[in-house]
Amino acid sequence: MILKRTLLKRHSVLPGFDLALGFTLLYISVIVLIPLSAAFLKTATMTWPAFWEAVSSPRVVASYRLTFGASFAAALVNAFFGLIVAWVLVRYQFPFKRLVDALVDLPFALPTAVAGIALTALYAGNGWIGQFLPFKVSFTPLGVFVALTFIGLPFVVRTVQPVLEDLHREVEEAAATLGANRWQTFVKVIFPILTPALLTGFALAFARALGEYGSVIFIAGNMPMVSEITPLLIITKLEQCDYQGATAIACVMLVAAFILLLGINGLQAWARRRQGR
Amino acid sequence: MSASVATLPLPKAAGVAPRSIRSATTEPAWVKWTLVGIALAFLTFFLFVPLAVVFVEALKKGWDVYLAAIVEPDARSAIQLTLIAAAISVPLNLVFGIAAAWCIAKFEFRGKNLLLTLIDLPFSVSPVIAGLIYVLVFGLQGWFGPWLQAHDLKVIFAVPGIVLATVFITFPFVARELIPPMQAQGTEQEEAARVLGAGGWQIFWRVTLPNVKWALLYGVILCNARAMGEFGAVSVVSGHIRGQTNTMPLHIEILYNEYQFAAAFAVASLLAGLALVTLVLKYWVEQRMKKEAR
Repeated sequence: MILKRTLLKRHSVLPGFDLALGFTLLYISVIVLIPLSAAFLKTATMTWPAFWEAVSSPRVVASYRLTFGASFAAALVNAFFGLIVAWVLVRYQFPFKRLVDALVDLPFALPTAVAGIALTALYAGNGWIGQFLPFKVSFTPLGVFVALTFIGLPFVVRTVQPVLEDLHREVEEAAATLGANRWQTFVKVIFPILTPALLTGFALAFARALGEYGSVIFIAGNMPMVSEITPLLIITKLEQCDYQGATAIACVMLVAAFILLLGINGLQAWARRRQGR
Repeated sequence: MSASVATLPLPKAAGVAPRSIRSATTEPAWVKWTLVGIALAFLTFFLFVPLAVVFVEALKKGWDVYLAAIVEPDARSAIQLTLIAAAISVPLNLVFGIAAAWCIAKFEFRGKNLLLTLIDLPFSVSPVIAGLIYVLVFGLQGWFGPWLQAHDLKVIFAVPGIVLATVFITFPFVARELIPPMQAQGTEQEEAARVLGAGGWQIFWRVTLPNVKWALLYGVILCNARAMGEFGAVSVVSGHIRGQTNTMPLHIEILYNEYQFAAAFAVASLLAGLALVTLVLKYWVEQRMKKEAR
């Protein structure tokens, strides 16, 4: 009853608010909030120099550079090809289109460990694809990029696709009657409408790639300073019983993830306003 | 401006078949097929071939090796543990998803947006960190570690830790799928049922649930796929004890690191099969939802 009286903005005849919200809050606290706060509280017990030492040693900084760099590159590639895939799926007819459309979600459904060993086998020196490439992919930073591209593939496609489907033909017809050719119509009319969705997809793929672990560790080779991602470094520290060091790095990653989450929420609000117009 | 209008493609001669006339809002055929080609090439290298390689590698040494890898005791116990973890975490998150969707979609209250953000939170947390935070709470050096040890209870490096990590990772799935359709539905039907004298559970079972059953199923399918495939979070809390705290993804890792590639891919092919079944179910549910929306 307390929840109902203090929180509810408008009276409702429907029952169950207290029970549902009470359970929701309890469950969220036990599963998410209390454990997450443990990471920050644990870090708060460290002195500032110790914290700084833990999160900025050369090996850690090298892992940030690889994690953020490869995630960014993978998200960029996904933004480019994802836009083409979304366009092709919405605008054109071709054989097996429905199958292709359904399979785009595979990276969401396929366990990351399976993706990891499959990509490693493919891009290894004697693999189906690796043997034709003049450079090494598996067990190099390039392998990290390949795994993160796989993981982030559906995000851009699935955020751009619905916007493209809702796009009114009239807008393009108007552009054509005003004398624009197809390319001009795309650049000046269609692309600006897609921009918020494209950016959202990019940010989602980037955020997912930052935390990715399972698919990367198989293909990366995991050499310190070269191909070691930050999540792996957290695990390494844990295995050495350096709980504080692991937690400090985790806090840096958590803060980065939360900033991205805020950014994504902002982008989605922007996209909704755009579409609402 | 009039000059460029004149350059729009117009039917050139009467003899040209109408099919070759391109409307002003489509692209030339060569553009179309180039784009289709690029899209399919990209998907082939990053999607289709990786999926195919799992099955090919799994069967490389024949059916006997394949079957032996799956029925071997360690593999069987890994399969069992994966099923147990999913069987506990999916219902828990289902109940949570329904409760969260009920208060968010059917009521206006302060702090709703904050609650929505909190529900999404686990999606942005790295699986490794998800595992780490449970180690910090329940591990030997964690908050409840000494108490748990004194009472001879094990959470970390045991099954409860694996279940907890899985629950965390799959936390938002059902809620996220349920909230938008329940919000779109509004509250009129439920209010009408209330006025006609229905109780809370009656309203839920007879009015709300039939309206959102496909969305609910959709959320459960996604939640289950993630629960069975989770690797990072489970890897941190499991301790990798063979035959006891190994889930299928962890078993794959061990086999792979021991260079038993055929066996690793054999177990992986089971999970890849699960992923394909998930996609088929997902597609089917999406079609049903589209049909009912019409």
